[in-house]
Amino acid sequence: MSVALFAEQLLNGVQFGLMLFLMAAGLTLVFGVMGLINLAHGSLYMIGAFVCAAAAAAFGSFWLGLIAGLAAAAAAGALIELTVIRRLYDRDHLDQVLATFALILILSEGVRMIFGPFPLYLSVPDLLRGTVDLGITRYSLYRLALIGIGIAVAIGLWLLIAKTRLGIQIRAGESDREMIAALGVNIRWLYTVVFALGAALAGMAGALVGAIQSVQVGMGEPVLILAFVVIVIGGIGSIKGAMVGALLVGVIDTMGRFLLPRIFAAFLDPAQAMGVGAALASMLIYLLMALVLILRPRGLFPAHG
Amino acid sequence: MAEMRREWIVNAVLAMALLIVPLVALWINEPFYVTLATRVAILALAGVGLNLALGLGGMVSFGHAAYFGLGGYVAGIMAHHAFTGLPMWIGVTGSNQMLWIWLWAALLSGFLALIIGALSLRTSGIFFIMITLAFAQMIFYFTLSWPAYGGEDGLPIFVRNQFPGLNTMRPWDMFILSYGVLMLALVFFAMLRAARFGAALMAIRQNPDRAAAVGISPFGVKLAAFVLSGMITGLAGAMMADLTRFVSPAMIAWQMSGELIVIIILGGVGRLFGPVAGAAILVAFEVIFGGITEHWQFFLGLILLGVVLFARGGLIGLLAGRARHG
Amino acid sequence: MAEPVLDLRGVSKSFGALRATDNVSLTLKPGEIHALIGPNGAGKSTLMALISGKLPPDSGSIHFRGQDISRLSVAQRARLGLGRSFQISSLIPEYSARRNVMLALQARQGHPYRFLWPVMRDRGLMDPAREVLRRVGLEGRASVPSAELSHGERRLLEIAVALALEPRAFLLDEPMAGMGTDGARRLTAFLDKLRAEAPILLVEHDMDAVFALADRVSVLAGGRIIAAGPVAEIRANAEVRRAYLGEEEGA
Repeated sequence: MSVALFAEQLLNGVQFGLMLFLMAAGLTLVFGVMGLINLAHGSLYMIGAFVCAAAAAAFGSFWLGLIAGLAAAAAAGALIELTVIRRLYDRDHLDQVLATFALILILSEGVRMIFGPFPLYLSVPDLLRGTVDLGITRYSLYRLALIGIGIAVAIGLWLLIAKTRLGIQIRAGESDREMIAALGVNIRWLYTVVFALGAALAGMAGALVGAIQSVQVGMGEPVLILAFVVIVIGGIGSIKGAMVGALLVGVIDTMGRFLLPRIFAAFLDPAQAMGVGAALASMLIYLLMALVLILRPRGLFPAHG
Repeated sequence: MAEMRREWIVNAVLAMALLIVPLVALWINEPFYVTLATRVAILALAGVGLNLALGLGGMVSFGHAAYFGLGGYVAGIMAHHAFTGLPMWIGVTGSNQMLWIWLWAALLSGFLALIIGALSLRTSGIFFIMITLAFAQMIFYFTLSWPAYGGEDGLPIFVRNQFPGLNTMRPWDMFILSYGVLMLALVFFAMLRAARFGAALMAIRQNPDRAAAVGISPFGVKLAAFVLSGMITGLAGAMMADLTRFVSPAMIAWQMSGELIVIIILGGVGRLFGPVAGAAILVAFEVIFGGITEHWQFFLGLILLGVVLFARGGLIGLLAGRARHG
Repeated sequence: MAEPVLDLRGVSKSFGALRATDNVSLTLKPGEIHALIGPNGAGKSTLMALISGKLPPDSGSIHFRGQDISRLSVAQRARLGLGRSFQISSLIPEYSARRNVMLALQARQGHPYRFLWPVMRDRGLMDPAREVLRRVGLEGRASVPSAELSHGERRLLEIAVALALEPRAFLLDEPMAGMGTDGARRLTAFLDKLRAEAPILLVEHDMDAVFALADRVSVLAGGRIIAAGPVAEIRANAEVRRAYLGEEEGA
């Protein structure tokens, strides 16, 4: 096993983790501020990817596609918040799960009706094609850009929450809902904005990942469930926890798939080692989640109390 | 009291309808509908399992497909070894006897529920939902990447497993077997709900602090209910595998977990016959709308959304009024 | 002197920088009513949570009938015979008054893992439940869901549930709250007789009731016990009057 291959896999893990962070940040914000579990967050990821792919094909520009995908996801988020989600804030978690599960069915079939049953393909923009020499390894320029974008978004999100008026309102909303009403903040407006912000982040992740995977119905839910694992590990409602959890999950999952089959190959025959290694690697992050639950039932960075 | 009597009438009508529909289908020589009714009975059985955790105990498990799928794989794997004659583990050969398979399906599903429940019940609310979903996803990916039993291609059961005195390859025999097991499970559910265990479980759902203050440990009672719930759903999984003569990771997919919750909600949470009504609605909807449009799930989503937002209580709630507990 | 039933020794609990319970020691002896009073925010709720087991203490120990229960869960303490009522009525809302009492009875009679015998045909639960409801005067309301009972009736049902546990000590958290003068007077008379069954640790705002019932009074302020002693002594204590009673009368 070469150092170059190892470094490449590690970077892949970081890149995967940062994309998971984009998903998890929106989910955890929505839970922190509104106390809502949103299963349809994966659908917003899917919408971002589909609109980006379609717009990129129509305009011939990945960047216009990305903007379109982001805007479409934010708009879809605002729309479902206004029509459905805001009726759910006072409901119990079971109702929230069911209503947002219903939204998955509606949005998935809706996308299938509009874009057809076949996957779309989105290619990497010309500007970011090829690889770049990092000294120890050559690495995909596009994936490197994803790492950069992920970090930039994380910093931007931190600045938004720490420094702006909207951020103050969000933090107030997380600690005390009655207080922000007393401060004269328009809660309905705040909730719509927070939800649309989370949707935009999900749409962005979907569009960015769409260029290295195929864009298809059902692409959002596996990522959504991984984002849940991230949140459980990081602590619900905590942006910092989402970041740490996302990087842990991204790196451990990627490295597990890379290393475990090789480790088992040392004492099993190759075909068996591949099977056992792959099966165990697919369970690693859930075992990590179980471990966190045993040691820190409220996650690594519990946000409340 | 009048409401309770009305619920019993609704239940009796549902039980009769589920028996009469396949009888008529048999009469007019439409075995497809017999198999459809069998599907309803088995899905309802899986729902009875979930209803125990979700309806009585208030544990919103979004991972019950794990037990359903495990039960299915137990049936598939045991039948596979019985068919090929290869030993399973050290000297143990497979079996094609349903009763023996069911025992293992229930025991192993219960064991899995014990582990997942013990971890998940350390938390509650939204955490619990996400964790049960995540653990089911773990089992899903495991079966997907474990090559020995078909991986993502699944595992066929060439000949249905056997039950003494019945020819399980005949649709009616398979139906009456599934119907019988469903009725037994419903009797068990009703007795459990009326007994001390049910009283403790429903009390914990409504007010865990009060239950603890009178000396009932919420964790132990909930875990016991969760294990029983997983066992019943696992049994249903084994029967479903025999009905379709096929198991695949799709049985464990998150959509299956969602479908099981939908069955409970459409029928009525915590109601005895809620899962029967819910499974019947879901299967009927799929057959009727699925014949009209390939996008039937879009309309299922709309209806589900409508039920959640405007008609809580499900079909049984609509027909029999609100639930009361003496 | 009789061995105390409940014995707190130097119990403390902090939330961050706030010392909600600060080195509290107190005892509850057989046959007595020991009242715990103090202004709002004095730490009464935290102390109740520590005794009932909802919160673990940071330091100090809680002994119940000679056994250290500091690390036991709420349910374990209840099974040992600590019967509590809640400040804000905390019942099983969908259950009738009878079934709320039966729940307490079934827990006392043993483990809840009896899976098949219906409770509503269980004479071992039905008969004693009727008797307990009769004692608090709720026999006519036995089949009404607790969510539909009046406020006063719910207060009585709280007491009935505690009675059903046949506890070795009662932990009553403001049983008089919102009872009205007539109801409070009747409940006072009831509690007066109840002390013969088991001693009562009584948290109460109603000073008439406290002075009528209590054998001893402990005054809590800022998480500490600032005074403790027989009723007459506490009544005369100038510091207590200033810190607490005067304030109450002024308000």
